[in-house]
Amino acid sequence: MIAIIDYGVGNLFSLAHSLKAVGAQAVVTGEAGVILSADRVILPGVGAFGDAAKKLRETGLDGVAKAVAARGTPIMGICLGMQLLLDKSFEFGEHDGLGLIPGEVRPISEVIPAGLKIPHIGWNALEVRKPHPIFRNVEPGDCVYFVHSYYGANCDESVIATAEYGAPLTAAVAKGNVCGCQFHPEKSGDVGLGILKAFCEWDGVESC
Amino acid sequence: MITKRIIPCLDVKDGRVVKGVNFLGLADVSSPVKLAEYYSKCGADELVFYDITASAEGRALFTDILRQVAERVFIPLTVGGGINTVADFDRVLKCGADKVSVNSGAIRNPDLIPAAAERYGSQCVVISADVKRVDGEFRVFSKGGREDTGMEAVGWIAKCVANGAGEVVLNSIDTDGVKGGFDLEMLDAVCEAVSVPVIASGGAGCVQDFVTLFKTLPKVDAGLAASIFHFGEVQIPDLKRALHQQGINVRLNKEDSIRD
Repeated sequence: MIAIIDYGVGNLFSLAHSLKAVGAQAVVTGEAGVILSADRVILPGVGAFGDAAKKLRETGLDGVAKAVAARGTPIMGICLGMQLLLDKSFEFGEHDGLGLIPGEVRPISEVIPAGLKIPHIGWNALEVRKPHPIFRNVEPGDCVYFVHSYYGANCDESVIATAEYGAPLTAAVAKGNVCGCQFHPEKSGDVGLGILKAFCEWDGVESC
Repeated sequence: MITKRIIPCLDVKDGRVVKGVNFLGLADVSSPVKLAEYYSKCGADELVFYDITASAEGRALFTDILRQVAERVFIPLTVGGGINTVADFDRVLKCGADKVSVNSGAIRNPDLIPAAAERYGSQCVVISADVKRVDGEFRVFSKGGREDTGMEAVGWIAKCVANGAGEVVLNSIDTDGVKGGFDLEMLDAVCEAVSVPVIASGGAGCVQDFVTLFKTLPKVDAGLAASIFHFGEVQIPDLKRALHQQGINVRLNKEDSIRD
């Protein structure tokens, strides 16, 4: 069973149904007990980092997410959920993240040439930098759907995929049993479903 | 780099797709769910559903259909038609829409775009403008293109973007239905005025019209059309291949399905 962490941020309708489409049992929940006993956990999120981090703290689910990571359960952050896995964010001030993967969240505008539109929105090719089990079904040239104005900076060795948008933007990160996608696999057609399916089959061991 | 998007638009009334659809090998051609699945499989990058129902019953039917589509089709879904309040945004977002497009609602109520953008983020708010040339200027029309608002279009669209709209659908009434190509002059004027994605609508009649659009105006992000896709005059896989051969960056189809 996969627990999708519900902390009052964003619309989890498509995510829940995309997991069903790949044959997974998924539950949208804010209950610590359910999340801690799940085989796999997904941390979703849309909107501003500060608000989301605050809601995670207020619900106590920040500690639950850290406990999930500590016990070796595979966990995936999606979009803002990926950014929350990092150390801190500079979106409207400075906010602490979960610190499960090294890196910080910074504006795309700092690294891309002027004239490119922000947010980075639409389908872009996923460039796999390091083979990872969640990319088992990904082929060269496969595109995924992005919507974001901030990106994971200084993630260094944890970057497993990038997308070219005037600069190689962090598209996915991983460290141990923790991984995250900046794009929306639940909105990325069959390529996205393939990534979710691979996550559902991943045992949390990083190597391929 | 980001790919150019191809977007079929479906008009839905009382739970059925209208405007005529003519597909080979598709039994129920007016089922929005079946069509959405078909288009997603063909490589459509996004789908727009336009609710042209007037009644409350029809509206409830529409959200029910939307939910069914979102349960099975995993590409971005944009919903428009009858969006007048933030509550309308809430209604369709809860049923699986990713973006909501506003038209007459934003003309009637200037606070709608800022309020929706604050609540759901700019990436969620699309301004859809019906524009026509009147006395040598571009004018915004309301009520499905029937009523001249008297407002100059480029300035008005730029203001909507400044107020929080994250994307623009520009529908040229002058070229709509003519099938002689997109309205490049009008699109150019809007692209120069805004820094958010612009989706071209109205006028596509053949594959070459899309090639011309993206070659002439690299700032345009997407091409939207309805009947040429519904009647099979332009097949999306052929269109994508043609664009790719012309050096335009598009998302090509993944052959095998990964679904359970």
